Amino acid sequence: MTAKNKGDTTKASGKGINRRSFLKAGAAAAGTVVGAPTIWAQEIKDIELRHVGVSYSVVKAVGDQAAKDLGFKVTMQNLDTSAAINRFITQPNSVDIADLEGWQAKLAAKRGVIQGIEAKKIKEFNNFLPIFTKGELNGHKIPRQGISPYEALYIEKKDSTELHDGVTDWLTNVPQVYNADSLGYRPDLVGHEVTEWKDLIDPKFKGKAAILDVPAIGIMDAALCFESAGLITYGNKGNMTKKEIDFTCDKLIELKKAGQFRATWTTFDQSVQLMAAGEVVIQSMWSPAVAAVRVKEIPCVYAPVNLKNGKEGYRGWCNGMGLMKHLTGKKLDAAYEYMNWYMSGWQGAFVSRYGYYSPVPSTAKKFMTPAEYTFWYEGKPAPEPVTDPYGVPMEKSGTVRDGGSFTDRVTNISCWNTLMDEAAYMNKRWNDFKVA
Amino acid sequence: MALSRSTVSWLYVSPLMLVLIPFFVLPILVVLVASVFETDGFGGLIPTFTLANYGTVLTSGLTFNLYVETVKFTVLTWFFTLIIGFFVAYFLVFHVRNPLLAIGLFLICTVPFWTSNIIRMISWIPLLGKEGLINSALLRIGLIREPLEFLLYSSFAVVVAYVHQLTIFMIVPIFNSMARIDKRVVEAAIDAGASRFDIMRLIIVPLSKSGVALGSIFVASIVMGDFFVTKVMSGGGSASVVGAFYEDISVLQYPGAAASAIILTVVLLAMVSLILRTVDIRKEITR
Repeated sequence: MTAKNKGDTTKASGKGINRRSFLKAGAAAAGTVVGAPTIWAQEIKDIELRHVGVSYSVVKAVGDQAAKDLGFKVTMQNLDTSAAINRFITQPNSVDIADLEGWQAKLAAKRGVIQGIEAKKIKEFNNFLPIFTKGELNGHKIPRQGISPYEALYIEKKDSTELHDGVTDWLTNVPQVYNADSLGYRPDLVGHEVTEWKDLIDPKFKGKAAILDVPAIGIMDAALCFESAGLITYGNKGNMTKKEIDFTCDKLIELKKAGQFRATWTTFDQSVQLMAAGEVVIQSMWSPAVAAVRVKEIPCVYAPVNLKNGKEGYRGWCNGMGLMKHLTGKKLDAAYEYMNWYMSGWQGAFVSRYGYYSPVPSTAKKFMTPAEYTFWYEGKPAPEPVTDPYGVPMEKSGTVRDGGSFTDRVTNISCWNTLMDEAAYMNKRWNDFKVA
Repeated sequence: MALSRSTVSWLYVSPLMLVLIPFFVLPILVVLVASVFETDGFGGLIPTFTLANYGTVLTSGLTFNLYVETVKFTVLTWFFTLIIGFFVAYFLVFHVRNPLLAIGLFLICTVPFWTSNIIRMISWIPLLGKEGLINSALLRIGLIREPLEFLLYSSFAVVVAYVHQLTIFMIVPIFNSMARIDKRVVEAAIDAGASRFDIMRLIIVPLSKSGVALGSIFVASIVMGDFFVTKVMSGGGSASVVGAFYEDISVLQYPGAAASAIILTVVLLAMVSLILRTVDIRKEITR
């Protein structure tokens, strides 16, 4: 453990006292429901919540802190996206809190494995950014290509299986972490500033480019490239027609045969490895992966692909916590406590330190130094050196975050991670690309 | 109490059945059932009998391409593991005179296998990459001007990783069958004036057939059933049969994936029975 991390813990445990007294109040309130507050206080120790999801969203350090602050056991379990959704659907009772992307929330609701979350029991709900609760930010309508977090947020009643368009009292999930993905590149080897997706398919970078190989989202990165190059205009990049899928995959096969792609990648580490080992100079990439390359003292930039002329834009994603249907009684109360803890700021500050965002920046801000908030959210030069959540130095003072301020980034999202209606067909065509 | 013959036979097979039925037969039955159901597209199975899943898989050009790719890797891996495995075993059995030393060397062959498959595979990446050890060395001594890109993220890399992982599966059974060849037969052949090549062709190869067959079954079934090595070492530039249906599972297309799995099982069974038909392993082993 590094010194910085210890600092974090002390800071957090200072707040933890407040948290505990707050929890006691919460426990007493919950206690009145079950009848005897003392019983709740006793039995809370025996509760274990299993929070299951992908590694970049379900983080052990966060679970440990939650357990410390809340007084019950929290187990974080990591799976890849595909294994996670399969587990939620086929073994729902082995999970308590499912970490869901928008499209997974839609599926989980449809399969009836999650229960509606009562919005009024989420304490910070009114402080959520309206991106999630109303589908807008500062008057800017958040695009709905793909499945936006807003679109996947509401269901009509506690046990509804269809998403509801418009605000209701019941949620499928409580958003907890999100970001906008784009390209990463080596500024020294690319030679110019990249602000458009089409650079990824530029023949100049033949054999030095890579694309994300998770079919559902890789195809959206490809679509952003082809749209950027003016080859096609999609009706909805997040829900393509068979014809659009064919065009996209055929074009990918053509590029692959011409030797454009050095590789494709599936995991965070692979993308870091490809860039750091000099295999590629430009590729689809996630913000913290770019940072991880830079920590190795290799120049790498996260391309700001702001919307222009109806093209470009980031691919957004958001993970939220869903309550599995089997949760009842004290365990359900504990799950609500847990979700409220997430929104109270410690976790928001934690994820911000590796480049992701909290849906409630107002609470996250309380757990960040002013310098950190300036750098991560306001897009201004860092007043002092910036470190990652574990205390590893990341950026020198004076650095400005790629992509600018929080508002600049999220208002330039053009589509969201999704599962298309034609997913089976798309998968087949993606495999054609892989085997070509 | 005397047990009847049939009771004794059942007792003999029961340990195997206790493993095979719950861990193989039942799961494969579940897959079989899923493969003839319909899907609602959201991970739900509709229990109506249909062969459409098989129809889709069998009539798809993609399936053909995937099998071509997977069989290509299987054959290449089989060929190289066989050559290397055979000669390593041959050396250990016939050229190392001291049996203790032979066993020692044999154990050394297994040392790399003390670490996990994945680590052994990934450790090739820094070696084979554009800025990897091999390319840097070749560049420095001036043999090449541009790094060799075919070394990594290519079919070459996939085969290297498979051969490295699986050669031991050839060495062990071939070593075992060669060790049981009566040395006096070889001596008699030498006395009768047979050449080295004749000894190899007429004595050693025929008598190590069972080892070769067993090793081939291991190697072929592992490569056909794997997708991870192909995925990582080809840098996602190539696909495999298993990889493709794993992708189906990720979008909850269970019946299609189940049908592909059953077809792969049938293909593998056919391959194994073909190998067993060429070499009567049971006879050779009890020899």
